[in-house]
Amino acid sequence: MLNMFEVNETNKMIEQELLDVRTITMGISLLDCCDSDLNAVNEKIYRKITTVAKDLVSVGKEIEKDFAIPIVNKRISVTPIALVGGSACKKPEDFVTIAKTLDRAAKEVGVNFIGGYSALVSKGMTTADEYLIRSIPKALACTDRVCSSINVGSTKTGINMDAVALMGKIVLETAEETKEIDSLGCAKLVVFCNAPDDNPFMAGAFHGVTEADAIINVGVSGPGVVKTAIESARGQDFEVLCETIKKTAFKITRVGQLVAQEASKRLNIPFGIIDLSLAPTPAVGDSVAEILEEIGLERVGAPGTTAALALLNDQVKKGGVMASSYVGGLSGAFIPVSEDQGMIDAVAMGALNLEKLEAMTCVCSVGLDMIAIPGDTPASTISGIIADESAIGMINQKTTAVRIIPVVGKSVGETVEFGGLLGYAPVMPVNKYSCEKFVNRGGRIPAPIHSFKN
Amino acid sequence: MNKTIITVVGKDTVGIIAKICTYLADNRVNILDISQTIVQGYFNMMMIVDMDESAKPFGELADELEGIGDEIGVKVKCQREEIFTKMHRI
Repeated sequence: MLNMFEVNETNKMIEQELLDVRTITMGISLLDCCDSDLNAVNEKIYRKITTVAKDLVSVGKEIEKDFAIPIVNKRISVTPIALVGGSACKKPEDFVTIAKTLDRAAKEVGVNFIGGYSALVSKGMTTADEYLIRSIPKALACTDRVCSSINVGSTKTGINMDAVALMGKIVLETAEETKEIDSLGCAKLVVFCNAPDDNPFMAGAFHGVTEADAIINVGVSGPGVVKTAIESARGQDFEVLCETIKKTAFKITRVGQLVAQEASKRLNIPFGIIDLSLAPTPAVGDSVAEILEEIGLERVGAPGTTAALALLNDQVKKGGVMASSYVGGLSGAFIPVSEDQGMIDAVAMGALNLEKLEAMTCVCSVGLDMIAIPGDTPASTISGIIADESAIGMINQKTTAVRIIPVVGKSVGETVEFGGLLGYAPVMPVNKYSCEKFVNRGGRIPAPIHSFKN
Repeated sequence: MNKTIITVVGKDTVGIIAKICTYLADNRVNILDISQTIVQGYFNMMMIVDMDESAKPFGELADELEGIGDEIGVKVKCQREEIFTKMHRI
């Protein structure tokens, strides 16, 4: 029988250490919505989403009530729209109509984000892929809830540098299109290498073509719980530290697994995966940076940061995999700047820079995330940053991503306010030297030697 | 069996258990286990109850218990048992 200590421990995690389930994301395949007529595609998409996901939000709220655990977001991911709209869309503007349909459907069912305005172009771009990519700035400017992601490389295919060069320009255009709201459009746009098909986290969620018709994926959270737990291991050696993180990760993930199973049962949609990522929020005490500092760093960015993060990420996975039957998605600690108070502080006081963040992405998911840079950064420099991150992902056989915000009209030292879970960020300096000739070579970077495993 | 955990935390006063238990009895909720302590004047109780025969659905019961808690100045929380068993039992 349960005892009071166990019950109080769980409730303390929820009430004081901000344990929550970050998201229930319903993946919906839109492959059966393909049509050569644009109006028909839009209508089918709207009908399918509003039918399959009609109970998602209410069931999420029911589960919150039953277990008294907050489920922060209810979201939807769909099949990459470049595939769904391919035969109907003859120009970028046609794709924008689909973005508006997705936005309308998201509002109708009450989810706060819908992901999948995506194209997978790791090796080459079809005409439809390119139209979709070129439509992104307009699509993100005229919708509120649509998120876009582009996969530009993979370990198996190498890096599509034409797409990387194009994405540098698209990120800048998106910033320009949304300049009245501090270039917020870029917060809804991710460029990936090795993008997973079952990621429940925005802005990079899409429903891969290898997935079933509909699926429930759940992303857990809980940096505050891990931080509090390892306070008890202060001054102890790494064995004790790792053991503590592992046990805590197990407990956090079990809650995610329970919520996923319940959601799957009540919605009658199969359970996909649990994403084990530690996802911070701007709230004090809900920070990955604070965990790293508790491990023993004066500030995130100090020497030792990469090692501490590698350790944290690995122990979270080791604890998590035992707690869930299926683990997937991104599964690693997130290190977004604007969404983590400890990271914001470290940047503001000069402890953390872009180069150290890049090093950190070698050992955790997911990449350079929610980083504000000056609005006058050249497109080729943004492409260079994307290429660097993609190379890290390609060579290390892991997912990497870039979600970077060149804030129009702002320069280093100023602060940008995104609001809500997206937080705020100081504008960070970018290396001033050019990589234009490198980016503009054109073509592909070949797949690395260790990808030839057959 | 449909088990629910009820936790009550707050400043100690006369009749907390009586009020909660009367409500549960009126709604045909069976109490399986109670543990209770007072730490530095703070009342802390955990009940395991069976809701199989409950007169009301879970959500309504949880809201009404929370209301009773508000009247007597304590925090009453209802949660289905699984969140604890999943977390603390392999």
